[in-house]
Amino acid sequence: MSIDLETAARVAKLARIRVEEEALPALAAEFNTILGFIEQLEEVDVEGVEPMTSVTPMALRRRDDVVTDGDQQDKILKTAPDAREGFFAVPKVVE
Amino acid sequence: MTDLNTLTLADARDKLRAKDISSEELTGACLKAAEASGALNAFVHHTPDVAMAQAKAADARIAGGDAPSMCGLPIGVKDLFCTKHVPGQAGSRILEGFLPEYESTITAKLFDAGTVMLGKLNMDEFAMGSSNETSVYGNAVNPWKVDDRQLTPGGSSGGSAAAVAADLCLAATGTDTGGSIRQPAAFTGTVGIKPTYGRCSRWGVVAFASSLDQAGPMTKTVRDAAIMLEAMSGFDPKDSTSADLPVPDFEAMLTGDIRGKKIGIPKEYHMDGMPAEIEALWADGRKMLEDAGAVMVDITLPHTKYALPAYYVIAPAEASSNLARYDGVRYGHRAKLDGGDGITEMYEKTRAEGFGHEVQRRVMIGTYVLSAGFYDAYYNRARRVRALIKKDFDDAFAAGIDAILTPATPSSAFGLGEMKNADPVQMYLNDVFTVTVNLAGLPGISVPTGLDKAGLPLGLQLIGRPWEEGDLLNTAYALEQAAGFVSKPAKWW
Repeated sequence: MSIDLETAARVAKLARIRVEEEALPALAAEFNTILGFIEQLEEVDVEGVEPMTSVTPMALRRRDDVVTDGDQQDKILKTAPDAREGFFAVPKVVE
Repeated sequence: MTDLNTLTLADARDKLRAKDISSEELTGACLKAAEASGALNAFVHHTPDVAMAQAKAADARIAGGDAPSMCGLPIGVKDLFCTKHVPGQAGSRILEGFLPEYESTITAKLFDAGTVMLGKLNMDEFAMGSSNETSVYGNAVNPWKVDDRQLTPGGSSGGSAAAVAADLCLAATGTDTGGSIRQPAAFTGTVGIKPTYGRCSRWGVVAFASSLDQAGPMTKTVRDAAIMLEAMSGFDPKDSTSADLPVPDFEAMLTGDIRGKKIGIPKEYHMDGMPAEIEALWADGRKMLEDAGAVMVDITLPHTKYALPAYYVIAPAEASSNLARYDGVRYGHRAKLDGGDGITEMYEKTRAEGFGHEVQRRVMIGTYVLSAGFYDAYYNRARRVRALIKKDFDDAFAAGIDAILTPATPSSAFGLGEMKNADPVQMYLNDVFTVTVNLAGLPGISVPTGLDKAGLPLGLQLIGRPWEEGDLLNTAYALEQAAGFVSKPAKWW
């Protein structure tokens, strides 16, 4: 598998990271180095092996479905770069 | 009298309890050492006011006879831990200006036990790195020095390792996703333990790869690791993978008696091109444990070779998901926008400015391996291989092995900047001996056992059965006693 410039650009877009056009060839080359390394995994016989979901055999705990937390709007908004009138503020989303 | 900052946790605790010293004196000595350590760039946020207030409170507790082991002992905290109203950036520009409104469970436990925080410690950005060179704060520097070069303290917990080795604090917190406690410990002649996955709460610790991340102590001795690990451990309902198991008195388990213990030597850890000094160190360690009465057994962990490639699928995949929250909306840095920029431009510009190169690369690799069409080929295959890696260890333990002895790192500390032109995979090879342990969720400890020809510290790793940190620490204690490593870096900073 080889990553071309178009794929590199698509991955950057999916990751929401701006990558300038001129940086794409170097990025694609790095991806190819790393993926080349990862491709060793194809040698392993994984027939019948379940993908691991939890490293310790445990079921996730359940608790009563009640409110245990909340009422911290001020604290949560305090760490935001832009908050107004009790909301996170972002650039216009719809025209 | 020795400088108080050079004490171990155990000695300082005993002196505090005997009223030979006060926590205020001890904390003062550490603050002085930390302030004068700018050249090491280990401390990135100093918190002297917090420290002195905690020291005063600790002295009052000790006077009142209520003194848990960590009471009054000054430590440094890796920048990855959120500590209330103290800057925490995970070594990243994207969290510039972030002042957490909450306290991580681990620091809360430590503070409840009376521990004193001197400040926050340098680290690779989002714990992604093996040399502390990806930090927004700049490189942390290893106090060990044998020529003109400045050496890496390792990473990602590089600031923690440098600070402990240089006696700027008595101990430090670290985190380990692929070797980030054990590799820096080995590079600095200190002790670092990554406990079993689920032993220490992840709540309030900035997430990198949630199925692999574990916090642990970085200390001067194995005894100190036992003391501090106990204070950091325990069930936390706020972490869904926290284990609801009792925490033993780890220190009480340090008898040094390992007679009859079966210690495995995995043949797959003999890597091609491994330096002769590492081979020799490993053989020495084998001899030391044998002389202490352990039974050495050659074992096989057949999937070892595939651990790093599996890790470099799973960790970036989880990182790409975890780091999606840094979007310029909720915390830290937001890029300046041009007129007409919408929300997508805000995300893309913020993340391009806020994340360093290595973090961007891993987020994008993670995005790729999780993307439609590749999820099965990469991510699910890596999770299957991970299951096989864990099974290798399960089989060894089922055959009666108590612990496994391996080198901690493939080399001693290298020079800062020396890996600059290497491809990323070369840097990843630093974790070749440690990453298996994260994938299998096991406890692993790095113990300083010798110096290389140049005079730099080298460490060996011991890997234990799940939840048996006490037994593992005891084996490490026996190794530490046999190795008798007492070298310290000569002060130049």
